[in-house]
Amino acid sequence: MTRSEFYVRSAPWLYTLAMFLLWEAAVHIFKIPTFFLPPPSAIAVTIVEYWGPIYRNSLFTLSTTLIGFGLAVGFGLLLGLAVGWSRAIYAGLYPLMIGFNAIPKVAVVPILVLWFGIGFLPAVLTAFLISFFPIVVNVATGLATIEPELEDVLKALGASKLDIMRKVGIPRTLPYFFGSLKVAITLAFVGSVISESIASNYGIGNLMLQAQAQFQVPLIFAGLIALAVEGIVMYWLMAVLEARMTGWAQRSGFAQT
Amino acid sequence: MSAFVALDGVSHVYAARGGSSGGTLAVDGLSIAVENGEFAAVVGPSGCGKSTLMKLATGLQFPVKGTVQVAGEHVTQPVKIAGMAFQAPTLLPWRTTLDNLLLPLEIVEPHRSQIRRRRGEYVERAEKLLASVGLGGMGSKFPWELSGGMQQRTSLCRALIHEPQLLMLDEPFAALDAFTREELWCVIRDLHAARKITVILVTHDLREAVFLADRVFVMSARPGRVLVERPIDLPRPRDLDVTFTPGFQDIVHELRSHIVRARQ
Repeated sequence: MTRSEFYVRSAPWLYTLAMFLLWEAAVHIFKIPTFFLPPPSAIAVTIVEYWGPIYRNSLFTLSTTLIGFGLAVGFGLLLGLAVGWSRAIYAGLYPLMIGFNAIPKVAVVPILVLWFGIGFLPAVLTAFLISFFPIVVNVATGLATIEPELEDVLKALGASKLDIMRKVGIPRTLPYFFGSLKVAITLAFVGSVISESIASNYGIGNLMLQAQAQFQVPLIFAGLIALAVEGIVMYWLMAVLEARMTGWAQRSGFAQT
Repeated sequence: MSAFVALDGVSHVYAARGGSSGGTLAVDGLSIAVENGEFAAVVGPSGCGKSTLMKLATGLQFPVKGTVQVAGEHVTQPVKIAGMAFQAPTLLPWRTTLDNLLLPLEIVEPHRSQIRRRRGEYVERAEKLLASVGLGGMGSKFPWELSGGMQQRTSLCRALIHEPQLLMLDEPFAALDAFTREELWCVIRDLHAARKITVILVTHDLREAVFLADRVFVMSARPGRVLVERPIDLPRPRDLDVTFTPGFQDIVHELRSHIVRARQ
C-alpha cells in the first residue's frame, strides 16, 4: 500500500474521529449544557446504558425501512420501465408522480394511520412512498437516453421494441438504477422514522420521541447516531452492489487522485 | 433487372416537434439507383438529407411520396438484409468486443433461433472477421479498452457479422484522425472486394468518396435531391497512392465545385 493510498483508506475513519473530537472539544470549551448539546462521550455512555432498547428499536426501524425499500425497488423498477417504454405512459404518469412526490410524506402518515392503524404498516408504506420516486426517474432516464443510432442499427436488423429493451435498454439502465438505490435507501430511513415518530410504539423514531418527552437529550442523540450508522451501512451495501453489477460503467479515474 | 437499391422520386417530411403542421422537407424528388455489388458514395452540403436517405433505404422511415425498393421489393418494414455503421461506434460497454459482434446474430433470423446451439461456430466466425480487420485476439477486450479506430473497426464488423447484402455507412470515419481514416478506407475497400456486397457510403469527405466508390452522387442543399451522378473509373484494386495522382485530384475538384454550387 502506498502512502497516498493509506491516507485514502483511513480518511473516512480519521474524518469521523475528527468530527467527534471537535464536537467534544466545542462542548467543553463553550461550556454547552448537556440538555442543549450533549458531548459524544455522554452519548457513548447512554448508548451502552440503553443498548437493549436502542438495539431492538434499531432492528425494528431497519426492518420497516428495508421492506418499504424493497417495495419501492419493485414498483419503481416496473413503473420506470413502463414510463421509459411508452411516451404516452410517460406523458400521463409524469405530472402525477411529480405532484405526488411534492406532497410532504409527513402529511400522508395520518391518512395511512386512518387506513392501517399505527405501527408497522404505516412506517413501511411511508418508507416506500418516499423512496420510489428516485428509482422511477432514474430507470426512465436510462431508457430515454438510448443512442438513436444504436436503435437504428438494431431496428434495421428487424429488432422488436422488446428486443431493444432486453439487449440495450435494461442493461444500460442498470447504472442509473443502482445509483438511485443509494439515494432511495437513505430516503427510506427518513420515511420510516417520520412515520414512527408520529404513529408508532416501536422504532428509533418512537424512541427519540419518548426520550424527548423525558428530556433525555443524550438518548435522542444516541437514536440519531444509530440511524446514521444504519444509513451508512445500507448505503455502503448499495454501493458495493452497484460496483459489482455495473463495474463496466465505473472506469473513470476522476476522483482517485 | 432493376437496381438493388432504388429510390424513385422520393420526398420525405419530418413532422414538426410537438405535432401540428409545417414539418421540415428533408428530401424532395430524390431518385437514386445503386446496382448489386456496387459501391456508391453520397456527398453533399451538411443538412442535405443524407441521413434521411440512409433511413429510407433501410426501412427505418417511409417516404410520403415516391417509392423505395431494395432487392426488388417495396420497402414496407426494416429491410433486415442491411448492416449499418455510424460516426459513433455505438458499441455496448457492458459487452466484450466479441459479444458486441454477436449482438446482430441474437436478433436477426435465422441466426437468432440457432445462436444457442451454434454459438461456437458463430464465435469462430466473429473471430475470423475481427482478424480480417486487424483486430485478431481482441475479442475479449471491452470496447472502452480499444482506441477510437479499433472501436470503429469493431462497429464495421458488427455491421457485417450477419453477412448482409447491403452495407450502409453514415460518415463512419469522420471522428478519426487522418491516418487511421486512410487505414480504414483500405479495410472497407478490401471487405467490399472480398464480399461483393452493395455499399452505400454517406460522407463529407470527397477524397474518401472518390477513393472508395464506383459512383459518387452529389446531393443538393435541403430539401435534398441528386444533382450530379459521377462514375469513378479509376481502376481497381486502388492503392492509397492513387489519391495523389492528378486524375484523382481532378475528380475531387470537380465534385467540390458541384458542392460549392449546391451550397449557394
